[in-house]
Formats: sequence, C-alpha cells, structure tokens
Amino acid sequence: MPEYTLRIRRYDPQSGEAAYWEDHTVEMGAKQSVLDAILKIKDDTDGSIGIRCSCQQAICGSCGVRMNGKPGLACNTHLDEAAERGHGTGWNPGLAAGAEAEELGGEREDVIAVEPMGNMPVIRDLIVDMDAVHWKKIQRVTPWLINKEPVPEREYIVPHENMVDVTQTMACIQCGACVSDCLSMEVDPGFIGPAALSKAYRFVGDPRDAEPKERLKDLSEDEHGIYDCTHCFNCIDACPKGVDPMSQIMRLRRRAGDEYHINDRNNGNRHERAFVTLVRDYGLLHEAELLPRSYGGDSWFGKFHPAAAGELLSSMPSAIPAVMRGKISPKLAALGHKIPKQDLKSVQEIYKQVDDPEHEVELNLYVTGYEDETPEHSPHDDEPDDHPGETVGAEEREAPAESSVPEPEEDER
Amino acid sequence: MPSHDVLIIGAGLAGQRAALAAAQEGASVAIISKVHPVRSHSVAAAGGINAALNPEDSWESHAFDTVKGSDYLGDQDAIEIMTREAPNEILWLEHAGVTFHRNESGHLGTRAFGGASQARTYYVADITGHAILHVLYEQLMKHHETVNRYEEWFTTDVLLDDDGRCVGAICRNLKDGRLELFNAKATILASGGAGQAYKPTTNGLIVTGDGIAQAYRVGAKLMDMEMIQYHPTTLAGNGLLITEGARGEGAWLLNAEGDRFMESYAPNKLELASRDVVSRAEQTEINEGRGFDDGTVALDITKVPRRRTLEALREIVNIGRDFAGVDITREPIHIRPGMHYIMGGVKTDTDGLTTIPGLYAAGEVACVSVHGGNRLGANSLLDTLIFGRRSGEHAAKRALQMPMPSSPLSRLAETEREIDSILNREPGGPRIGAIKNELGETMNEYVAVFRDEDGLAKALEIVQRLKEQASKASIDDRGSVFNQDMIAAIELGYMLDCAEAIVVAAQERKESRGAQFRLDFPERNDDEWLKHIDITVNGAGPPKVSYSPVTITRWQPEERTY
Repeated sequence: MPEYTLRIRRYDPQSGEAAYWEDHTVEMGAKQSVLDAILKIKDDTDGSIGIRCSCQQAICGSCGVRMNGKPGLACNTHLDEAAERGHGTGWNPGLAAGAEAEELGGEREDVIAVEPMGNMPVIRDLIVDMDAVHWKKIQRVTPWLINKEPVPEREYIVPHENMVDVTQTMACIQCGACVSDCLSMEVDPGFIGPAALSKAYRFVGDPRDAEPKERLKDLSEDEHGIYDCTHCFNCIDACPKGVDPMSQIMRLRRRAGDEYHINDRNNGNRHERAFVTLVRDYGLLHEAELLPRSYGGDSWFGKFHPAAAGELLSSMPSAIPAVMRGKISPKLAALGHKIPKQDLKSVQEIYKQVDDPEHEVELNLYVTGYEDETPEHSPHDDEPDDHPGETVGAEEREAPAESSVPEPEEDER
Repeated sequence: MPSHDVLIIGAGLAGQRAALAAAQEGASVAIISKVHPVRSHSVAAAGGINAALNPEDSWESHAFDTVKGSDYLGDQDAIEIMTREAPNEILWLEHAGVTFHRNESGHLGTRAFGGASQARTYYVADITGHAILHVLYEQLMKHHETVNRYEEWFTTDVLLDDDGRCVGAICRNLKDGRLELFNAKATILASGGAGQAYKPTTNGLIVTGDGIAQAYRVGAKLMDMEMIQYHPTTLAGNGLLITEGARGEGAWLLNAEGDRFMESYAPNKLELASRDVVSRAEQTEINEGRGFDDGTVALDITKVPRRRTLEALREIVNIGRDFAGVDITREPIHIRPGMHYIMGGVKTDTDGLTTIPGLYAAGEVACVSVHGGNRLGANSLLDTLIFGRRSGEHAAKRALQMPMPSSPLSRLAETEREIDSILNREPGGPRIGAIKNELGETMNEYVAVFRDEDGLAKALEIVQRLKEQASKASIDDRGSVFNQDMIAAIELGYMLDCAEAIVVAAQERKESRGAQFRLDFPERNDDEWLKHIDITVNGAGPPKVSYSPVTITRWQPEERTY
C-alpha cells in the first residue's frame, strides 16, 4: 500500500503558541479518503487532532478543510487525488513548509497538507468558527419560506421543473467550502457570499415564496449583495455537491434585472446592461463607453447625463495615465473596437437566440439528467470523462451558455 | 443556570420537530445538540417518507403494511396514530418549504418502497432527509426568538430529582469546555440510535447511543433492543448506504450466477419485500456460495432508465463513483446487508413519555413501538416527525401547568469530577479506537442477520470485557477546547451499554421474528414470544429483563409472506 504523509495544521488556543505543521505518516490505499487517514491517525497515535466529521459520505457537511490548498470535504477526497494537487504552484504553504522541501530542493509528491478552511476564524486545529461567518451570512438572507397566501389546504401546485430547479440549491450541505475560498469575501468580509446567496436563490426560485421581489431588491441594494461577486469561479470549483453557487448568484441578478427591473443604487444592474449592449453593438467591449453608460444610461447619449460626468471626472486619474502609457489610444477611446462585419453579425445572432423569450428564465435542470445515448466507451472503461457525475457537470455548465445572456466581466467596477 | 419549560436533547428531525411544536404551544424551549443541527444523522436519510395521502390510498392500508412489516411486534395503537397523522405532516412540511418531488401535473408525486402495498413514499430526489432537516432548520432560524439553540453542546447526564422526576440535564459546551446545568420542566431525548456500536454501519460517527444509554442509566426501560435492522444494500468495504429508492425505482438484485434470487424468497414483492426478508435472502445466497468473492451480491441499477437515475438517485451515483469506483448507471454494484437502524430504544407511550416522569423520547432513540421487529423503509422519517411533534406538544402542555422544579446543583460538581478523572487517566492504557473497533466487529459477527446461542454468549463476554477496558482507555487530549478525545471516551461507554442491552435481549428472545433470526429457534412463536422484551439497568450487574404485551387493535398475527 502506498505511504502518505499528512501534514496537518495544528493550533491549540490554550497553548499560547502559534499554529504549526505536524507530519503523520500513514500506509493506506490510494482510494481511501483524507478523512479515513486522519481518523486512523487519531485512533492509532494522536486522539487530540481536532476535526468535525460524522457521515463519511459527503452529506452531513462537517469535514470541510483545505487539502493541498484546495477546499473540499475530507471524506470524499481520495488520498491520491489530494496528493496530486497544488504542486509547484507556490500557493500551497503546507507543501513548502517541511524541512525536506529545502533539502530536496522541491516538494514531496506524497505529502498532503491539511489545513482549516479560509475566511473563517480557526477555533482549533481543523475546526473553524462557522457561526461567526457562514451562519451569520445565511441568517442575513431571511432563510425561510415566506408563504404565498392563501396557503392551500393541500399542497401548492407548482411545476415539476421549478422544484427540480430549487433542489439544486437545496442540495447545499452548508460545508463552507465555497466560503473558504471566496475571493470577494477576502477583500470585503461583508460580502453575503456564495453559500448564503445560493440559499437566497432557493427561495427566490421557489414559486411558493410570496416575496421574491422584495428579496431581490434587498440583495441588489445591499452593497455587499449580489453585485459584489467578481465571477472568479472559485466557489464552483470548491463545491463538493454541484450547487454552483456563482451560477445561483447570476440567476439572482438576472431575475432582479430582467424580471423585476431593479436598478440598484450600486449601479450593478446598469453596469451589466451597458456591458451587454456594448458587446452587442461593437462585437467587443467598448471600454471608454462602459463607465458613462453604466451611470448615465444605456445609450450613446449616456455620457452627457450629469451622473456620468461625475463618474467620468473621477475616473480621469486612472484613464489619463492609461492613454499616456499607450494602453488605450484616443481613437479607440472615441470610436471603440471595429471587427469584421461578418463577425459582428455572428455576435448579434447569438444575442437574438439568447433573447428568445422562451429562454428568459433558465432553470437548474441539470438534476433532471438527460437522454441516454449509446455509451461511447465500454462499461468497464476507466476513462474519467465517462463518469456520469462529471458528464452531468459538463452538461450543466454548457446549458447556461446556450440560454443566457453572456456574462459581463466585473473587474472594472 | 439556563431554565426552560422544555429541554430537547438532539437536533435531528425528531428534536427539531419537537422544538417547533413545543414553541408553537407557547413554551420556552431549548434545543441542545453535540453537533450543528444540520449535521445530525437524519441528514443521511435518502429515500423518502411514507404517507397515505393519495385519495386511492388509506391510512388503514399503510397501517397494515407497517404491522405486517413489524412481524406483528409493533404496537397497533401507535401505528394507527402514526399512519393517520402522516398525511397532515407531509402537508405541514410542504407548506414549511420542503421541495418535494412533483409529478407532471404539479401535485406531490410518489415512489414505490419496500413492504408497501401502494406507492406512498414522498421524496426529494434521494436527499429527502437532508431536504427536510435543512427546511426544519430554516424554521428554527425563523423562530429564533422562541427556540434557544445550543449548538455543539454535549450532554453528559440527564438529571432526576429525589422523587425520580427528570428535571433537566448537564451539558458541556464543546467550544470552551464549560459545564452547565440546564433546568427544565420536561426533557425530550431526541439523540438518535446507536449504529456506531456496529462496524461497518451506515450510521455516522456521531450515532453513539447517547440518549439510549443516558435514559437507561437513570432507570428508564428500554424495549425491543434485539431488533437491529440490516439494510439490504450497503457497500462492501465501508458500509455506506445505497438507498432502497433504487429498488423502488426498479433495480434488481442478482447473485454471482446472475439469478434474480428474490424470485425464490419473495415471489410477489421480489426486491421490494421487507428489509429483514431481503437481507436474509442475500445473506443466505452469500453463505451458500452464490455470492461474489468479496462476500456480496449485486444490485443492478442499470434496469432503471439512466435519465431517471440521474434525476432521482443522484446521491448514489456520486457514492458509487466516489466510494466504490463504479458507474451505477452502467454496471451493477456489489452490495451486502449492513447495520442500519435500531428498532428498539427507550420505551415510550404514544405521547413520547418514557417510564420516567418528565422524560420523553422521540425518533430512533425511542421505541413507541411502531417498527416492532422490522421497520419499513421511509417509516423512520415519519416516526421522527410524528412522535417528535407529539412529544413536543405534550411536554409543552404539561410544562405550562407546573412550576420550575429545583435542580440538584451538586450534580454539576460530580460530573466535573467524572470528567477530570477521564482527563487524568494514566497514559498507556488501551486505545479508544481499538476498543470501539473490536466492539463493532463483534456485534457485526454475532449479533447480525443470523444469530445463535453460542455466538450471542461470545458477544456478551466480549462486550463485558470491553466495558472493563473502556474504563481505563487512555486520552491524548487534556484541553478544554473541542476535546473530542474525552467526548469519545464518554461515547464509548454509551455504545457499550447499548451493545450489552442488545445482546441480552437477543439472547432472551428464543424465536425468530423480524430482524431477529435465531438459527437455533428458526420459527416465529406467537404463543410464547408475541411480547416485547424490556431491559432495565441493574446496578453494575447484567441488565434486568422483563416483558410487556404487544398492543393489538384490529390486525391479528398471520403468516408473513411477500
């Protein structure tokens, strides 16, 4: 059996000492989980290692940790998979921490660094304070159904698809992995964040809820709300249950903007619209127009609006050096990009298809699965992309691209 | 000292439902859990929840199926209550926000389940327990002003006053090690089963029989403890659960020769016979050499349309992939019977009251008994919710009419001393993990699907030896912040008490009924054993055995075939 070194981040608040790394070696099958290894170490050598865990089947959500730099559940992460991660990236402090890293001049391939999740205070070893961050944010989104009146005598009659839709966010196990690596939250600890906003979608998307509009208004107007997400995809990578928190945040934005026409005071919706219009009209983003239109109105005349003027003035300190250093030419700033006519037409064709009213609200229908085609591989083929879960994942990621508005990049805000 | 009308220990489905019901009655409520409520093991319940809600169905039919499933050991008054109240409970959950599966017309849809004469199982994909638990927690957050939550507090003792009445509990805050005496007019145990006394088991690491042992130690009667459910479809290596929903959706069981062997054990219901029947059939195939080399038979889910599997059984698609390396939509998966549920527990009446005044129990910790010798799939969620609610309501109504009892504060120092004595144990003693492993493997070998006198005697001997050892097991952690090592030492004691009660009850029942199959007494014997076995503590000696009658309202025992 292969040997693995678990480099565990230890911290005991009563000791008065700072956190440190501690190595434990285990001999275990490569397909055993990281949690199996930690439990074995606890059983055999050191019962004082603190980690929350219970079900061992990725449903209770207790054992969220970072393994070789990436957040996830210790119970469904195989040892070989964890060991492969994060080598040579420089973002894994655990791998570089051991004495041998200096001696060997590199990282050992059999080391799995296990540390507590990020963005939350550490209580002890691998245990973080989820109440202080995660659950506080969950409570922020009014996390219960506000019943549509009158409450029927029997069940609410609602479309099958809508229940499947909210079941994707219902599948969240509140493990905190997405919160751990949310980049926006790192910069703005007030950000409501991926888990809580997914929870919000669970109500906004639920046809039995009486106040989707009020919820959306609340989450749009909050400066730490839905427009605070920067589309970094970390939460989608982190989520062990396929909840796709970022996609839920985008669904909230779409409902807020398209369905309820909520123009928030953070200018999030206007910014998004201006972005989309500019790409439609020019085929590429017309950067110089983006700011004035976001504030002054979504047309060429936007820049003459008083609100735009202020914003334009305030952007001069960064715009002028950009022009001076040749990052943008005055001509490009004035006229925008020009692409071949045929290409522009193709871009606009995409818009036509996406704007089709039938696609206006897209649902999380990935859990509905899809029609079975004849398998391309034999049943015993071990090719990873033959795994159904991943195929489902691919499907679900492709679907929005067909049916939704292209996402604007948010990094200029 | 926190004081509340109603104190609830355990925050799975039974505990949370009890809390909401008690608060609804106007009582002040505290709910205590050693883990965050959404980590409770109810979260792993997959397949669904039974109710005769369709106009074509009837509660009588549901009740009869349950009585028959219990092998006539279930108390029929309690079963009538549970099945009658089931439809309203489903609607209550639906209104609270559970995202139950809808059929094409937008109404609640059902799936088939084992031992049921109708498709009456309501579900959310294969995460029904998870979905309901999280929705109940939403309701707890909504009612935060009336329900006080103490999350990550470990209960060490339930407290009785000098008159033998339960007046609260002593609990330790895991975050800082602080002990607190919770004073209460009524205390409801809702802390789940004792699956970790077995290895492997489908149950989570937290399911250590705390409530059963706590009640037992203060003199409450336990009942039906010999009835341990082995689920027919668990993974060979680690015991993880493959939901009965798979068979409900049409999956087959095949032996190594490719035969659909259930045809010879249950020609009518086939894979959807009661769990005890299916588990015995599988074990017989395996024992007689028709299983695979790894001691399993196969579950063939490729019989279910792939699209349907991906929609309605997606958790087990993931479990197959992550924990067995098998794509269940393309090939059969190897499974075997595995410990899953304990039908027995703290004996209660239909309002959840135990034999100790002021102490209630609901859910898996309790034995009402609605499951008797064998629980039907999708009846456990129902049990937790119906009797959780009834306990909460009853406890609150009683509590509102009485003054706050005084609690023996001296007990706090006593518990403090007990904890110190664990922390100060000599190093170098036996390891907790080793004792727990031996216990689990012993129970799984001798107190499993098939039992006999010799095996049970051996099991009892080992359990009693392990009890000795456990009192000296060494501790690596002497701190007070999340000292999981010390908690594990206490939990080990709970599991050993439960195991002893299970073995003694299994020895006592000299017949085969439901989950208890004695190779030396292979027939059901209604003349002598149509009765419950009750177990009570007897100082430091072996538990005391007594009997209580089975309540029969309208269904006389018949021969049981599927």
